[in-house]
Amino acid sequence: MNSLRMRLPKDAAAIALGADKVARALGTACRKRGITLEMTRTGSRGLFWLEPLLEVDVDGTLNAFGPVLAGDAESLIETICTGRSHELALGRIEDHPYLKRQTRLTFARCGTIDPASFDAYARADGLAGLRRAFDMTAAQIIAEVTASGLRGRGGAGFPAGVKWQAAAKASGARKYVVCNADEGDSGTFADRMLMEGDPFLLLEGMVVAGIAIGATHGLIYIRSEYPHAIAAMRNAIAAAREHALLGERILGSAHSFDVEIRVGAGSYVCGEETALLESLEGKRGEVRAKPPLPVHHGLFGQPTVVNNVLTLAAVPTILAEGAAFYRNFGIGNARGTIAVQLAGDIRFGGLFETPFGPPLGELVEDIGGGTASGRPIRAVQVGGPLGAYFPTSVFDTPFDYEAFAARNGLIGHGGIVVFNDTVNLLRQARFAMEFCAIESCGKCTPCRIGSVRGMEVIDRIAAAKGSPETITLLRDLCDIMRSGSLCALGGFVPYPVLSALEHFPEDFGLR
Amino acid sequence: MLNQISEWNEGHARALIGAHVASPGGLLPALHAIQAQFGWVPRPAIGLLAKEFNLSRAEVYGVTTFYHDFRVEGPAGRHVLKLCRGEACQAVGADTLASVIKERLRVDWRQTSEDGEWTLEPVFCLGLCACGPSAMLDAEPVARLSAEKLETLLEKGGA
Repeated sequence: MNSLRMRLPKDAAAIALGADKVARALGTACRKRGITLEMTRTGSRGLFWLEPLLEVDVDGTLNAFGPVLAGDAESLIETICTGRSHELALGRIEDHPYLKRQTRLTFARCGTIDPASFDAYARADGLAGLRRAFDMTAAQIIAEVTASGLRGRGGAGFPAGVKWQAAAKASGARKYVVCNADEGDSGTFADRMLMEGDPFLLLEGMVVAGIAIGATHGLIYIRSEYPHAIAAMRNAIAAAREHALLGERILGSAHSFDVEIRVGAGSYVCGEETALLESLEGKRGEVRAKPPLPVHHGLFGQPTVVNNVLTLAAVPTILAEGAAFYRNFGIGNARGTIAVQLAGDIRFGGLFETPFGPPLGELVEDIGGGTASGRPIRAVQVGGPLGAYFPTSVFDTPFDYEAFAARNGLIGHGGIVVFNDTVNLLRQARFAMEFCAIESCGKCTPCRIGSVRGMEVIDRIAAAKGSPETITLLRDLCDIMRSGSLCALGGFVPYPVLSALEHFPEDFGLR
Repeated sequence: MLNQISEWNEGHARALIGAHVASPGGLLPALHAIQAQFGWVPRPAIGLLAKEFNLSRAEVYGVTTFYHDFRVEGPAGRHVLKLCRGEACQAVGADTLASVIKERLRVDWRQTSEDGEWTLEPVFCLGLCACGPSAMLDAEPVARLSAEKLETLLEKGGA
């Protein structure tokens, strides 16, 4: 054997698990044997318990191995060269049940191509959506997105086509497409994976949005906690400009569009769209009162569409395959696919893209394999720090916006965090208030003061073991925060607090 | 990897700010550039930013202190350990780990160890939620952090 072709992720999570060390060790092992190593660093497939996941081309078939440590490099190269089997061998990763059970539309390419290569993206069916958009009017593009049923993937679930339509109709000297890549919810990493693994898809979606609403300028607001995603997007933007996916006369069409990256600075509330706009304007990330809506009065007062990474990344598929194709997936008013992210104490943690609708329990127990620790599941938090805590008794809830709303919860950005039986829900409720106090922008009183009072009340409950008056006080406080806060930070903190109280009263000293 | 920072230099700062002053909303990128160069946003930088962006010093100070990332008290230690405090990491023992680290380095959140080597910072999510507890040691992401793994990292860093 004189040459080997391999794929190894350079996704931040894979690196955190040692992928760079594995790459170096494989390089050394190959050099020693005089083997030329052709290594493509890809995004992640999202099976994090198998990362670093190595794929080796053996006679045209990609054989996967994982989780690979640097110390496995020698034995791996040795067995590959001699054609023997290795204990880390997983076969073809596409045949793995975790991937086979998924419907990968948005994440179809993630983990399979070099995210820095424009050519690789184009070869892997990239740009098909944009090319179709060139043959359509702006109104037709918006109609297609509306017909697909695509709703905002950031959490609010607002119909994307309706938002685009409003921005298209609004008048302004300049319009903007803003991509919200401030993925701050604990338990979520899909935006990060997409930006690190398939950045051109996001750019393609933004260009389509620009054509649809009549904007030539786009901004991506990426949180500073994601340095690898920032680097991947910067590389992709440079390559996209070189290949005329961005700039003047995009791919030879009459359209122009360019994208700029702005980096956040550690503020959770800047994921709220109006705070994000303030931050982009170089100000404190304070929430704006709505109306006016950003589609009418957004960035620098101009009509602006603010969409989440996954909303924009779904658009090329919708245009390439048609609205009906996308709409065909899902249940009720939740059409298409959702990138479920399985996190916390979970055996098979990772990204699971599926049509809306699987029951929560199926995602956690069947696909996620229960806890990694082996302890029983006590609670799951769905939808980030502002999402509800649920016990296993509601595991029949289908993964869908309305079904979760009916259970006083939300699906948010699709993150599920699993907690074992050692969790104390009073502590989690207190943390929700603490987090809100730390991250509150300070503009409205219910959030700024209410969160601090909330911590104090919960501390009193912990000390007094559930005196009825303090419990009533906590409920009252949550009521005020929910109805009186300017944005979802103060307004949604009652979800984790009240769900903890409702489903786990024993942790609050109640029976 | 160490944080490469340099002493305050007004000419240098002016050049860094100049690259962003014409860009709409350029104050945040300018603050990032200043902090990347000097390790913090010292008082003279606030005045300079105010002048260049035609804002009051109070406005610039207000923006700077709104964001957790920007330091106005002084630069960090030689190494920065950002430990995730998010729920997904809590679910796999991040709180216990935080106590271990605080005791080991004799610091609380946002403090620097006495020898100036280590600054401990909380971070709310690094997007490594399927393999926590996670941390960022300078520019290096670390997953499945344990007390033992931490000790190895600290020893490598010279603690």
